[in-house]
Amino acid sequence: MPVNYSPPPKSTPKVIVAVTLAAAAGIPFLFLGLVLLLTPVLKPATIDGLLSNAGIDPSWRTPAYVAALFVLALLMMNYGAIFSGVITWWERRVAGRIQSRIGPNRAGFGGFFIFIADAVKMLLKEDLVPADADALLFRAAPYFVVTGFALTFVVLPFGHSLVVTDLNVGVFYVTSVTALVVVGILISGWASNSKWALFGGVRAAAQVISYEIPAGVSIFVPIAMAGTLSMQGIIRAQGGLPWEWFVFRNPAALIAFFVLFTSQLAEANRTPFDLPEAESELVAGYLSEYSGFRFALFFLVEWGNIWVLSAIVTTLFLGGWQIPFVSAEYIDGLRGAGVLPSLAWWGWNAVSMAVFTAKTIALCNLVIWLRWTLPRVRVDQMMGLCWKYLVPAAFACFVFTLFWELAVSVAPRIELVSGVGFTVIAVVLAVLFARRVHQNIQAVQGEKIDLSNW
Amino acid sequence: MTPLQTYFPLAIAFIVAGALAALLVGAAALLGPRRPSAVKAAPFECGSDPIGSARERFGVKFYMVALLFIVFDVEAVFVYPWAVLLRDLGWSGYIAMAFFAFTLVIGLAYVWKKGALEMETD
Repeated sequence: MPVNYSPPPKSTPKVIVAVTLAAAAGIPFLFLGLVLLLTPVLKPATIDGLLSNAGIDPSWRTPAYVAALFVLALLMMNYGAIFSGVITWWERRVAGRIQSRIGPNRAGFGGFFIFIADAVKMLLKEDLVPADADALLFRAAPYFVVTGFALTFVVLPFGHSLVVTDLNVGVFYVTSVTALVVVGILISGWASNSKWALFGGVRAAAQVISYEIPAGVSIFVPIAMAGTLSMQGIIRAQGGLPWEWFVFRNPAALIAFFVLFTSQLAEANRTPFDLPEAESELVAGYLSEYSGFRFALFFLVEWGNIWVLSAIVTTLFLGGWQIPFVSAEYIDGLRGAGVLPSLAWWGWNAVSMAVFTAKTIALCNLVIWLRWTLPRVRVDQMMGLCWKYLVPAAFACFVFTLFWELAVSVAPRIELVSGVGFTVIAVVLAVLFARRVHQNIQAVQGEKIDLSNW
Repeated sequence: MTPLQTYFPLAIAFIVAGALAALLVGAAALLGPRRPSAVKAAPFECGSDPIGSARERFGVKFYMVALLFIVFDVEAVFVYPWAVLLRDLGWSGYIAMAFFAFTLVIGLAYVWKKGALEMETD
């Protein structure tokens, strides 16, 4: 008997369009706005000032500080969760376009609310634990994954002074807490007592720890260039303009950027490295036996990690939140001298946050684009790529950077030459790419290009 | 900022992440149905009855990868502080670290030659 689906809507009612657009604009605005308001407040001196202004006894200082931290941590966690929801929607839309199909289009304008529908569906599903599974470990695995993901948000710099805590070991901290995710994956694979899950879990562990090596070694390049491990310190060592970014300032950094990006893709189990859950060979890998919201937590982390990896790459190589033509030190100086009005200070923070978010979203888009363009690699190819190409390349970059940094201390001008040179090459390549895309569209659609269906 | 103040937010984030995950899983347990059956509780094996235990032996290659990882990751821990102090250490630090990296690359070449990086089973 054929199933009768309701026909697709001819045109979306104006109310639904308005609600969708309001939600799409409002969610980031609300979260980022609250982060913008709360993060600078989180200094003991500021809290003291606020309390004395409000006429509250200073003994409330510690509880107020802890409460503010709780709210901020909850915000960051929700930001990660909701962003990963939005990115699942965007990924399905992009996939639809790339594969000449429609993609989600029912829940809200352009199907935007599909991620909320998914979350509700997952909440209403039965939570199954297989009979022979190790019940305790099976139940515990998602918590490892979620904490490993959420803890990275504490040091991600969203803007000029918008970071929960700027650890002096920032980058090192990020590489260490993301290792919790692989612990969770290995536990889930082992505890499921299913052959598919075990193969998936072991593959995931081998993949993630292998790619940790090129990722870790290529991170030395920006660290050596900045001379600090702090995330904010690394951004401050760069500038707002492309030739002031680390990626172009040193030929080895350009290679290290690609090495790090590839290794991060593999660590986040993204195509072309999604072997642990290769559906054509392993059913769903370590996720095979999970259902309901435990399954959803794994997926939340998987998509949220796209944001994390893009934010890390942006911080280390692409200048982070640095705004062109205005240096962060200049603003700090004005602020220190007390000549900067408070509103301008907030505005500066907001603009720096917008710059960081725009760069990160551009990289997220690249990650999605790669997934629907490249085929999956084989296990031996994946291991070979890591150990035979990326690890030697990362070592070569690192040794070259040592030499380069000592050369820079003698002749500082070579950084500028390299930066401008690579920026020019990048711009030329981008123009050629855009022309090629334009030609391809013209070949299909003729002179009159119609983008209304995109 | 004392070290305690710098690291305190991590503890809070840890608690919040765990609590939120527990809350969501708890809500799902309350909202979802609960109709257990023997078929649902069986491990998935493409529809047929599961054969033997799932806790099987797996390729020794994965242990090799883990061993390699330990060697190279411990090396990374040594290099982090050095990379921060690169400019202060100057040429002597450069030569020492280049030598260290060189010994590691010799190790990698040896492992490569021995075939530990080949994942194909033969």
